[in-house]
Amino acid sequence: MAAEHGIEETPTAYIVHHLKHLQVGEGFWTWHVDTLFMSTLLAIVTALFLYAGARKASAGVPSRFVSFIEMIYEFVDGQVADVYHGNRAFLVAVALSLFTWIIAMNAMDLIPLDAPGYIAALFGAEYWRVLPTADLNGTIAMAIVILFLIIGAAIRAKGLKGYAHEWITAPFGGNPLLWIPNFALNVVELLAKPVSLSMRLFGNMYAGELLFMLIALLGMAAALSLGGSLLFLGQLIAGAAWAIFHVLIILLQAYIFMVLPIVYIAMAEEHH
Amino acid sequence: MTINATFIGQILVFAILLWFIYKFVTPALSQALNERQKKIADGLAAAEKGQKDLAEAQSRAEGVIKEARDRANQIIDQANRRSNEIVDAAKGTAQHEGERIVTTARTEAATEANRARDTLRREVGSLVAAGTSRLLEREVDAKTHADLLDKLAAEIGRG
Repeated sequence: MAAEHGIEETPTAYIVHHLKHLQVGEGFWTWHVDTLFMSTLLAIVTALFLYAGARKASAGVPSRFVSFIEMIYEFVDGQVADVYHGNRAFLVAVALSLFTWIIAMNAMDLIPLDAPGYIAALFGAEYWRVLPTADLNGTIAMAIVILFLIIGAAIRAKGLKGYAHEWITAPFGGNPLLWIPNFALNVVELLAKPVSLSMRLFGNMYAGELLFMLIALLGMAAALSLGGSLLFLGQLIAGAAWAIFHVLIILLQAYIFMVLPIVYIAMAEEHH
Repeated sequence: MTINATFIGQILVFAILLWFIYKFVTPALSQALNERQKKIADGLAAAEKGQKDLAEAQSRAEGVIKEARDRANQIIDQANRRSNEIVDAAKGTAQHEGERIVTTARTEAATEANRARDTLRREVGSLVAAGTSRLLEREVDAKTHADLLDKLAAEIGRG
C-alpha cells in the first residue's frame, strides 16, 4: 500500500511507514489521531459490550451472552478479592476497565497488517497505526491514572500527614540524616510502578507489531521476485504461528496490567 | 516512541471509561450475582427442607398406617370375642330355658299325677265305703270309720 502514496517500495520504507502515526500539531502539542480514535472507539465498544451484559443481568437464568459477561466479571472480581481485602467495588471497576479495554486494544494487532491503513487511506489518511497500546502515550496514560489512584489510596488510608511522614521516614527510619535517602528511594519506588507498567505493555505490543511487519516483508519479497514465491508460504506459516502465539501475549499483558495496579493500590494502603 | 499531548487525551478516555464502568456496569453485575447467589442458596435450603418434610411425612404416614392396622386388628379381636360371648350367652340362656321348661313340665306332671291319685283315692274310698255299707247292710258312719277308710284308700292308692 505504500506505493499508493508514492513512497519507494523498500523493506525499510515499508516498516518506517507502518510505524508512523497520523498526527496533527507541533512539538509537545502533537496529537496522534489514530491512537486517540482507535482507543476511544474501542473504549466505547468495550463499555457498550459490558453494559449490554450488565443491563440484562438478573438473579434469574442468564443467557449465554450474559453468562460470558458475568464470567469476565467474576474472574476480575476474584483476582481483586485475592489481593485486596476491603470494599473493592471501585477497584473491581478499575481492574475490569483495564482488562477489557487492553484486550480490545491489543486484539487490534491481529487485524491483517495492511487492512487498517488501506481503510484509513480511503478516508484520506496517509498513516494509520491501529494499535493504541503500541503507542507509549496510550500505555503511559493508563499508568498515570493508576499512579494517582495509588497516591489517593495511600492518602485515604493514612491521611495526608501520615503519608507525608512515610515519605521521609520509610523505609530506613526517622533519623533526620536519613530523610533525603528515604525521600529519594520513595520517588524511585513510586515512579518505577507506572514506568514499568507502561513500558511492559508498550514493549510487548510494539515488538509484536514489529514482528508482524517483518513477517509481512516475506510476502513482499515474494511478490518482488519469482524465485521468492516460497517466501509467501513462509509468510503464511510464520504469520499464523505468531498470531496464535500473540493471542497469548494479548491476554497475558492485559492480565498483568490488571493485576499489578491492584497489587500496587493494596500495597499503598498498607502501613510501613 | 515519543511522548506528546496524546497521553492527555488518553487519560481522559480512560477516566471516562472507568467512570462509566464504575457507574453502570459493575454495580449491576455485582447486584445480579449477589441476588442469584442468595436465590440459589434459598432454593437449596428449600429443597433440603422439602426433602426433610417429605421424610417426616412418610414416617408419619407409616405410623398412621401401623396404628390403623393395629386398631383394625384390635377391633376384629374385640368383635370375635364379643360374638363368642354372645353365642355363649345365647347357649347358656337356651340351656336355662330348656331346663326351666323341663322342670315346669315335670312339676306340672307331678302335680297332675298327685291330683289324679287324690281323686282316685277319694273315689276308691267312697266306692269302698259304698261297697262296705252295702255288704254290711247298714250305713257306715263315715266319721267313725274315716280313719279306717283312709288307711284303706292309702293301701289302694299304693297298690
